[in-house]
Amino acid sequence: MRVGIDVGGTHTDAVLMAGTTVLAEIKTATTLDVTGGVVTALERLLAASGVDRARVTAVMIGTTHFTNALVTGRRLARTAVVRLALPATAALPPMVDWPDRLTKAIDPSVHLCDGGHEFDGRPISPLDPDQLKRIAAGLGGQGINTVAISSVFSPVNAELEERAAEIFLAELPHLHVSLSHQIGRVGLLERENATVVNACLRDLADEIVDAFAEALRAVGIRAPLYLSQNDGTLMDAEYTRRYPVRTFASGPTNSMRGAAFLADLADCAVVDIGGTTTDVGVLSGGYPRQATGEVDIGGVRTNFRMPDVLSIGLGGGSRVTGAPMPEIGPDSVGYELTSQALVFGGQVLTATDLAVAAGLADIGDASLVRHLGKDLVRNGVAWMSGRVAELVDQMRVSARPLPVVVVGGGSVLMPDHLPGVPAVHRPEHHAVANAIGAATGQIGGDVDRLFAITAARTREDVLDQARAEAVERAIAAGADPDTVDVVDVDEVHVAYLPGNAVRVRVKAVGDLRLSDPATTEEVQV
Amino acid sequence: MGVDLTVDALRDLAEGAAVLGTGGGGDPYIGRLLVERQLREGRRVTIIPVDELPDDALVLPSAMMGAPTVFVERPPSGKGNVAALRALERHLGRTAAATMPIECGGLNSMMPLLLGAQLGLPVIDADGMGRAFPELQMETFAVYGVPGSPMSIASDHGDVAIIDALDNVRMERLARVMTVEMGGAAYICDYPMDAATVRRTAVPGTLTLGMRIGAALRTARERHDDPFDALTAALAGTIYSHGLVLFRGKVVDIDRRTVDGFARGQVTLAALDDPADQLVITFQNEHLVARSNGEVVAIVPDLICTLNADTGAPVTTEALAYGQRLTVYAISTPEIMRSPAALDCFGPAAFGLTDPYTPVERLAARARAGA
Repeated sequence: MRVGIDVGGTHTDAVLMAGTTVLAEIKTATTLDVTGGVVTALERLLAASGVDRARVTAVMIGTTHFTNALVTGRRLARTAVVRLALPATAALPPMVDWPDRLTKAIDPSVHLCDGGHEFDGRPISPLDPDQLKRIAAGLGGQGINTVAISSVFSPVNAELEERAAEIFLAELPHLHVSLSHQIGRVGLLERENATVVNACLRDLADEIVDAFAEALRAVGIRAPLYLSQNDGTLMDAEYTRRYPVRTFASGPTNSMRGAAFLADLADCAVVDIGGTTTDVGVLSGGYPRQATGEVDIGGVRTNFRMPDVLSIGLGGGSRVTGAPMPEIGPDSVGYELTSQALVFGGQVLTATDLAVAAGLADIGDASLVRHLGKDLVRNGVAWMSGRVAELVDQMRVSARPLPVVVVGGGSVLMPDHLPGVPAVHRPEHHAVANAIGAATGQIGGDVDRLFAITAARTREDVLDQARAEAVERAIAAGADPDTVDVVDVDEVHVAYLPGNAVRVRVKAVGDLRLSDPATTEEVQV
Repeated sequence: MGVDLTVDALRDLAEGAAVLGTGGGGDPYIGRLLVERQLREGRRVTIIPVDELPDDALVLPSAMMGAPTVFVERPPSGKGNVAALRALERHLGRTAAATMPIECGGLNSMMPLLLGAQLGLPVIDADGMGRAFPELQMETFAVYGVPGSPMSIASDHGDVAIIDALDNVRMERLARVMTVEMGGAAYICDYPMDAATVRRTAVPGTLTLGMRIGAALRTARERHDDPFDALTAALAGTIYSHGLVLFRGKVVDIDRRTVDGFARGQVTLAALDDPADQLVITFQNEHLVARSNGEVVAIVPDLICTLNADTGAPVTTEALAYGQRLTVYAISTPEIMRSPAALDCFGPAAFGLTDPYTPVERLAARARAGA
């Protein structure tokens, strides 16, 4: 049996699943201390199900802790940033485009060093070990214990980043090292940014992973712990300590995957309606479609994988203004819905009140919205479903209409039919789709880098090598080798060079290997 | 009198230059950061109209050459571009009075600004393409008789070469080979000429135009106005007088291949309300021709821009993706780029197209008459 937990900003949701059956679901308030909230959620979940805790084989957690730390600029560790590139890149030092607020919070120690490769693998300049040893000595003196290392074209040749890491660790064995080729793709500044974000979160990652492990211990669950990544796959506790940045944006991904699982659909649009916002994403082959191009996280430009999600300010708590042609949102009463909305005896006309008046939902006291004009209610509901249908249409990638799965606490706002949509699914357990997405996560491996095609190394060789590496990475991350499949291959040729460089992205995914005692051992902290 | 570039104007120019990149030219983001850092460190970029210089003043246009993908992974050292300029000055035995872009579409709108900031050299508000093109001989300078060489080319390390080629096409080929040896991205100064020749052969005012386009899109966004109406209004009265929406739709197919080092292919858009109504754009790094249900509606050297349907933000050919909602917007190229000699150099036939060149405003009028 698996436990899935989604730790959001306001609510912590948890589910217990046996195979594909949801045995119990609960919703609790998120607490300031990490351990307490998770312990409460786990205990209430186990009590609700009456299941013996010894039968829990894995706990999967999706969390917004790391995103919030970056957005608020709190609890970020002082970080060293080392770039291997000279003389190239000197005109643009690391973190050049960061918001001042975050640069101050991280207080980085920035170093431009010799090293780096050209696109075809030739060195830009040889690594200088003495240079790195001198930097290490300085860091030791300043008490900095986390470093982000980037090297030009490391997605093609990772050797220099790895050698630099060895040199640093020989000098400072306790140092946390984040290497850019393990975190981002081609595009130095964006990859380096994501690596710095990862590095400054490593202390916090230890803290959070320890707190989750402590919560499991406190409740008496002796099962491995996994965290959700932003592509819908899972990583184990040790991996999370090393790559906390990979938890960014896992929330929308979990909700999409949970929705698809509940509705048993691999290709669909998912509409997640909360109290304040509605997110719309698309699943293709069971996985969220990825956003193309750069993604801004807390004001920092990065280039790692993120789900492609459209959001609007429409939710259960959205304020309704104007009559008889109302506009709804983006203002919301948010978590005060249960005191402010008309159906709860409050004074504010909200989207939930319209849904109750229209007979879509049975929430609060329906008699308190009986006075609302018929036109207002009808137009309001039509306006909401029209807006959502429009978003769904914007996310469509082919002329074929997509079925829609509606999840989240605010999903009562949607009628059973949306304009231009063949079928609207509102599955059971939809309010905890996030936690279900966490519980049903798989394990993946990615390759994304430039390959040189030569007479001795054909395009087929290159693609075979990339596929094999992706599968290898999925297995190394904990996937059951018998279930690993390559789910995505994308190649882009590099313009303006004689047709020999190709950028290949491959993703392999498999089921989580739960029976492997080595994995269990490793995570039994 | 020259005008000092502000950070805000630089940001507008970066977006405007991406529009003039017509799908290619590389993302000016890195270039903008390079210049922005110079400005923040207190250096200045002075942009001057070409008539400000005496006739015999030496102008050395400057640019980056190579793959934008390499450039985003290996940003410049700040030495290569300076080394290229100094090498050509040494070779000519003369000192440059100013630099200028050879191309104002995309990344190369920014590179002369970087050099100008580093050396305190004014940058002329004009260029030789009025947009982006893939090759060094595709310049109004070349069309109106200026030899591209001697040119200089330098690496990030600062090693330099002078290429003195027999003609501009040979110059392009020699420089291309050397660029690869220099790591896939190099820095060049070519088409050395005096200010009188710049006045005769350049497309004038294109840096200012880029700023104007970027500012129009930015203010439209701030005011929630239609960005395409704003664009059309910004172009009216300039030498790029006709700006018009060709098509609004969704990407339904992209076919992208690399042929001889260029990203060639085509993108198909379908109208939102009628999937049978389609526009197909053929590109070679930049967009070359747009066909609506088989009929040519815009063709090179007129500008065909793929812009985000909501914000007007330019979308490069590399970033085109299935399902994107785009507005295809066409801009008439200035008259200096429409002469028979100009069309020989960078008209449809120069890209292997058999369709004749017809100005976009005439195609639009014809479509209206037919409808």
